Amino acid sequence: MNDRIEKRIELKAPISRVWRAVTDYREFGEWFCVKLDGPFVPGQVSRGRITYPGYEHVKWEAVVQKMEPERLFSFTWPHPNSLDKAEYTQGDHSKDPTTLVEIRLEKTTTGTLLVLTESGFDNIPGNFRLEAFRRNEGGWAEQMKNIERYVAKAA
Amino acid sequence: MLQKQRSSLAARERAHAPVFAALGDETRLALVTKLSGGQPRSISQLTKGSKLTRQAITKHLRVLESVGIVHSVHAGRESLFEFDPTPIEDMREYLDFVSKQWDHALTRLKSFVED
Repeated sequence: MNDRIEKRIELKAPISRVWRAVTDYREFGEWFCVKLDGPFVPGQVSRGRITYPGYEHVKWEAVVQKMEPERLFSFTWPHPNSLDKAEYTQGDHSKDPTTLVEIRLEKTTTGTLLVLTESGFDNIPGNFRLEAFRRNEGGWAEQMKNIERYVAKAA
Repeated sequence: MLQKQRSSLAARERAHAPVFAALGDETRLALVTKLSGGQPRSISQLTKGSKLTRQAITKHLRVLESVGIVHSVHAGRESLFEFDPTPIEDMREYLDFVSKQWDHALTRLKSFVED
């Protein structure tokens, strides 16, 4: 079984534009759905709150690792064992296991190739409250449909 | 049957040790492969054909037991070990969940930078 996630996506935008969208804390917040307290600084904790409907109780707390302009942005972030509102709010998150997220950019003829990897799942205990994740997964799917409907209407 | 269900539930609840780390060892992976056929096996059966001692095999089985991948069942005077795929399936399901969240986030990033 693979213990890492890898995503590749072609973006029709210049690498400078993508770099800004990924590393400017306000722009990152727009697409990631998080309200961050301040700019990303390597070696420092980035704090904020998730703004995604249904997840507003979840804190964002990541440690920025590397910022190599137009090349690499990386951070470590925690994986709580439940996202259920009551369970999450009561939980102690100081010891949540973390994974490493790396976002690499490459210039292409049509724009930018973004390669995202998330690794370190081998540190994570298998004690997730999957019922809560399943419930939330339903929530996400519903939200995606809302966005699709909204975009289709706007077009 | 009831007894088995109860013990499996208890194992799930105490499964707080990293599943991947437990599998990140050749001997343990080989043990899991041997057991994954579904047939419970004794320590002697599992030691046969291995260069390791019975004690070493037992130690590896205990690690697998601690994350709930393997359970021991008593058959007379002997301990048999059997495979339980639940922790591995749970881990895979969680990875699928995280993976899907990234798909959604990157789709939003795409519309954000391409507009």
